[in-house]
Amino acid sequence: MSSSTNTPTHHTSTIGSIGTPSRRNTELALLVFAVVIPVFAYANVGLAIDDQVPSGLLGYGLGLGLLAGVAHLVVRKFAPYADPLLLPLATLLNGLGLVVIWRLDQSKLLQSVNQAGNAAPRQLMYTALAIALFVVVLIFLKDHRVLQRYTYISMVGALVLLLLPLVPGLGADITYGAKIWISVAGFSIQPGEFAKIVLAVFFAGYLMVKRDALALASRRFMGLYLPRGRDLGPILVVWAISILILVFETDLGTSLLFFGMFIIMLYVATERTSWIVFGLLMSAAGAVGVASFEPHVQTRVQAWLDPMHEYMLSQAGVKDGVVHSEQAMQALWAFGSGGTLGTGLGQGHSELIKFAANSDFILATFGEELGLAGIMAILLIYGLIVERGIRTALAARDPFGKLLAVGLSGAFGLQVFVVAGGVMGLIPLTGMTMPFLASGGSSVIANWALIAILIRISDTARRPAPAPAPNPDAEMTQVVRP
Amino acid sequence: MSELTLTVMRLGFLAVLWLFVIVAVQVIRSDLFGTRVTQRGSRREANRPQQAARQTAPPPQRQQAAPSGGGRQRRGAPTKLVVSEGTLTGTTVALQGQTITLGRAHDSTIVLDDDYASSRHARIYPDRDGQWIVEDLGSTNGTYLDRSRLTTPTPVPLGAPIRIGKTVIELRK
Repeated sequence: MSSSTNTPTHHTSTIGSIGTPSRRNTELALLVFAVVIPVFAYANVGLAIDDQVPSGLLGYGLGLGLLAGVAHLVVRKFAPYADPLLLPLATLLNGLGLVVIWRLDQSKLLQSVNQAGNAAPRQLMYTALAIALFVVVLIFLKDHRVLQRYTYISMVGALVLLLLPLVPGLGADITYGAKIWISVAGFSIQPGEFAKIVLAVFFAGYLMVKRDALALASRRFMGLYLPRGRDLGPILVVWAISILILVFETDLGTSLLFFGMFIIMLYVATERTSWIVFGLLMSAAGAVGVASFEPHVQTRVQAWLDPMHEYMLSQAGVKDGVVHSEQAMQALWAFGSGGTLGTGLGQGHSELIKFAANSDFILATFGEELGLAGIMAILLIYGLIVERGIRTALAARDPFGKLLAVGLSGAFGLQVFVVAGGVMGLIPLTGMTMPFLASGGSSVIANWALIAILIRISDTARRPAPAPAPNPDAEMTQVVRP
Repeated sequence: MSELTLTVMRLGFLAVLWLFVIVAVQVIRSDLFGTRVTQRGSRREANRPQQAARQTAPPPQRQQAAPSGGGRQRRGAPTKLVVSEGTLTGTTVALQGQTITLGRAHDSTIVLDDDYASSRHARIYPDRDGQWIVEDLGSTNGTYLDRSRLTTPTPVPLGAPIRIGKTVIELRK
């Protein structure tokens, strides 16, 4: 300690560069955790409803464990440096979703109303399909930059996917307000879920090329940077398309999602706050404009502003040309009766939300049975997925990967916000599904594909950089003249 | 099923769910990669052997680090390297048996922002007995230990100033 007495008094810090270990074992440990929690929940539901551990516990646990194990092995083999959290977080959400869907299946009331009751096995099958797609994406998408080649094909593909529900004969009859389903061979598919990913590829590819023009060629006006007209073109086109979706498919959520994703990516690409201002103004104008003449959207807004009134109208059976929705109020009651700690899994009365209890409104069941504490944890898990996505974008070395990761995680976060906000009464309700939790094949398959792409980008981003080329000593060392 | 069991399960489930979130956040915390900056107060932390595994030295030197990195500390051996003059004044690097390279090159352990330093100026490494050796890597302006210019790898006494351009570093306990 003799020499430490003359340590300089100003700041002292230790700098050491830290490598990027692959973290696959961390992922495995978390994954085991993420499978055990839903199994625990499953046993809990069985004990609460039937006073016995459900007979399907072993099969269910093994099924989920097997799927998670396969996904983990594929990541270990094909994306060894990927982010360790994305897979366990998604697995946990998917498992919890399965448990609650199964729990709603057990409800006699819902069985009689929806003549459903077998949504959980179907959802497990969709999960298996989704994991299969996850595996395919990881194996065949060796490098996410390949997607850059398909920029404009993606644009066309996304538009086709979005327009499919409007095609006569393809569009499904189950029009619960929004025309967002198509039916193919007996299955109803929501193309919008897949369009989300494809559109992110297009935006990333397009903005990577155009971002300098968008960022630099602008006039300053009242503290805002106004872009040139020709650069403003694409944003206007996207805006128009999202408004058209809103008008023809009356799907508020999807149009908000696409426009929001574009604005997020535009902001990230150009670092101009003015885009956010523009985006908010334009989406507000669009929403107000459409809401003023589209009755379906109007009802949603009414139900948002005064859920109790809509509930009473619905109970009274008022027929005045529009469907009055009782769900908004029911969801709020469900959250309210859950309180802080919830009623316990299997012990709530969420079956009172008759319609879409296990898809759009599944969060209300979580809110009732797990309470505020549980909802917070679930929202945090969503938040962590988004955080890992943004972190991946920060670490990515190529601009396309950065933009794509931001776009995908932004779309994921927006979707969670739109659904959770709608169910909780923060914004008007929209017909979107909670990623991973809600029952629905398209949603779970598309979101696993989204996670696969994020894992691929994070693998590339976190892979140790190749050794730098020998430094040609660009700046010559100055020589001390004696 | 008794009310008590169900209540315990309900609270237990919430606890497990939150435990998962906390563990996930801990993973994020330990996963922040890049440059690790440890403030001076936590000197003990810098000696933890697990950190030795995270230090990235260029690959051939990492192999050297392995045998001596097991926390073996002789009495009176230096534990850190301190920059006492130059633009990096105040920087310390924990000595854990790994080779420390100094120079303007970006992959050096200590990247010197010093016009009078060469890209690969000098390195400091432990020999088999754990004695720290400084070696000039053919630099333009030379490396000085105390007042004498180095010509061969030389053992570094505790507290002796090593001068590289305008930068002075020394080993401390």
